[in-house]
Amino acid sequence: MAEKMELNEVEVWDGNMAASQALRQAQIDVVAAYPITPSTPVVQNYGSFLANGYIDGEFVLVESEHAAMSGCVGAAAAGGRVATATSSQGFALMSEVLYQASGMRLPIVLVVVNRALAAPLNVNGDHSDMYMGRDSGWIQLDAFNAQEAYDMTLMAFRIGEDPEIRLPVMSHQDGFITSHTAENVRPLSDDEAYEFVGEYPAVNPMLDLANPVTYGVQTEEDWHFEHKARQHHDLMTKVFGKVEEVFAAFEKKTGRKYNIVEKYDMDDADVAIVALGTTVETAKMVAEKLRKEQGIKAGVVAPRLFRPWPHKQIIEALQNVKAVACLDRSSPNGAMGALYNEVAGSLYQCENRPVVTNYIYGLGGRDFTVEHAEEIFKELAANAEAGKPTTPLQQFIGLRGPKLSFY
Amino acid sequence: MSEMKKIKNLKDFSTSADRFEGANLLCPGCAHSIIVREILNATNDPLILSAATGCLEVCTAVYPYTSWDNSWIHIGFENASTAIAGAEAMYKARKRKGKLPASCEGKSPKFVAFGGDGATYDIGFQWISGCFERGHDMMYVCLDNEVYANTGGQRSSSTPIGASTVTTPAGRVSYGEKMMKKDMLSIMAAHGAPYVAQVAPNKWKDMVKKIQKGFATEGPVFINAMSACTTEWKFAPDDTIAISDLATDSLVFPLYEIENGTKLTITYRPKNKVPVRDYLGAQGRFKHLFKPQYEYLIDEWQKMVDARWEYLQRREEASV
Repeated sequence: MAEKMELNEVEVWDGNMAASQALRQAQIDVVAAYPITPSTPVVQNYGSFLANGYIDGEFVLVESEHAAMSGCVGAAAAGGRVATATSSQGFALMSEVLYQASGMRLPIVLVVVNRALAAPLNVNGDHSDMYMGRDSGWIQLDAFNAQEAYDMTLMAFRIGEDPEIRLPVMSHQDGFITSHTAENVRPLSDDEAYEFVGEYPAVNPMLDLANPVTYGVQTEEDWHFEHKARQHHDLMTKVFGKVEEVFAAFEKKTGRKYNIVEKYDMDDADVAIVALGTTVETAKMVAEKLRKEQGIKAGVVAPRLFRPWPHKQIIEALQNVKAVACLDRSSPNGAMGALYNEVAGSLYQCENRPVVTNYIYGLGGRDFTVEHAEEIFKELAANAEAGKPTTPLQQFIGLRGPKLSFY
Repeated sequence: MSEMKKIKNLKDFSTSADRFEGANLLCPGCAHSIIVREILNATNDPLILSAATGCLEVCTAVYPYTSWDNSWIHIGFENASTAIAGAEAMYKARKRKGKLPASCEGKSPKFVAFGGDGATYDIGFQWISGCFERGHDMMYVCLDNEVYANTGGQRSSSTPIGASTVTTPAGRVSYGEKMMKKDMLSIMAAHGAPYVAQVAPNKWKDMVKKIQKGFATEGPVFINAMSACTTEWKFAPDDTIAISDLATDSLVFPLYEIENGTKLTITYRPKNKVPVRDYLGAQGRFKHLFKPQYEYLIDEWQKMVDARWEYLQRREEASV
């Protein structure tokens, strides 16, 4: 029996420690992991918990991220709670197995500390890895700070493991800005946290020797489509309700309220920034400032759930604004940004379509500043006033050298 | 404790319950199914199995059918070892916590991974090495047919020198595969594995003995099973056992085991040693070696096999 850890009402944790503590409290049966910056501390913290008697599950220190996810799939199919953590190149290396995990409907929790993808090699935070996962069939939850990294990681188990869902879940946080910044975090006690997550509800475990099961079959043109369609169907129809249900239960327990799409200052907003991760907090601050100082009716919209994509909630949040800026922290490499495309695709269904523009920012950990957010809001105000784009549709912000923009 | 079957003659195989069904899509004459049945039948213990992408996998689990009456998982080409290691870790964790399913009561399941030589010698090598270094309580069985058979006969690092494959075809200026077969068993022994062995389906008593020894061993066990491939070695489907006999009796495929990384024991000494020429001549993949310009390779083959046999005997004698 693992020992319980006495926690303070308010702990000073960085995002990595917050996620590590959530993993510890979930009493995971198997963690198979391989360290990579900036998520390395998650693996190290877990090792330290184990060395001090706080873990009674298995901790398998594999030889690569591909093996980490492979071990997680084997363990999850055997029947028990499974999680791991990674970033960037590690995420890319395990990407083959990400599809296999979701295709086999195995509820694994993956803490992703977002980081840029090489080349050039870069250890800092952007959303390239997160975007890479968007077609993998996983549920993707996004945290904007350390407290949320703790909360999302804990909730990820309850969402993914629900017998109606049975899908793996990524709990995202921004590399370094969240993962290595110490903040105040209010954790649940070990007992409360485990009570919230609950016992692992095994479905078709390989270890049930009385009922042998076959995992990972071959299907060709006769059945493959139906399997993929069913998985997509469940992502589109079952996950939103379950996430809302778990968010509500979490609010009841902690008082902390989460939404599938977070809205800040949006009630009467004319202009809005849509963003992910820590940028949301910068944008919120600036929106508030511009409202006070310049009377710009600015707001911020932030998808808490990146997959499945909250199409309805995005429309609901943005249908009455005049101009929207979608901020993408990943090189689109020959297209509009992914967040832009998602948001624009949803808003195309609105009667009064807002003007939607795209900003590429913060690649490889480049700072996104208050000045950047102010500039964007001002351009949005001009777009709203003109009723059409007054800037190119896609602009790079914070880039050195001549201004880069398209369309 | 492991519960082994008493198998004294071939009839004992035929009367025991099949956990691997004859209803599968493997080629007629494929040695894979013979080997898998021999392994699964060696024990009465419950089995949890994995398979790498390959002939065995694509021929035994085509939805909505399965040939497996044990829990079985396939993830990808390279990670059958880690898949079963993950399941084994889950078993240990749930056992420690007292959370195993009720059906595990009083049972001790064995964890076995199967992969072809492509999955073992090549693409999955790192994963197997990792599993063996970490010491999972598992058995890894390589169904070694010396070629990427599932994808139509491309060379692997297990393909022996002189074999014609579709990526190293024999031609006007080439005798086929140029590289020597990788010595996988020595590599696995070098991991310090408690038990590694070579087996062949025709020598079923030797096979059962080794598999039972492997199941009784705690820690990672590596089995390299010669699997004669009627399709890619190019012999008639009813000659599988005859070809296998030529392989073991010519000592092209010697049967031996290595315990704890060093202690080597030869487990089969042919009473009448067959020339390597006879083994090569029985297979279409070596047909071109009998042309005058390549015939020198047959003599070289014989020298290599003799030297290897000499080495194995000296290792056994020295017991190091």
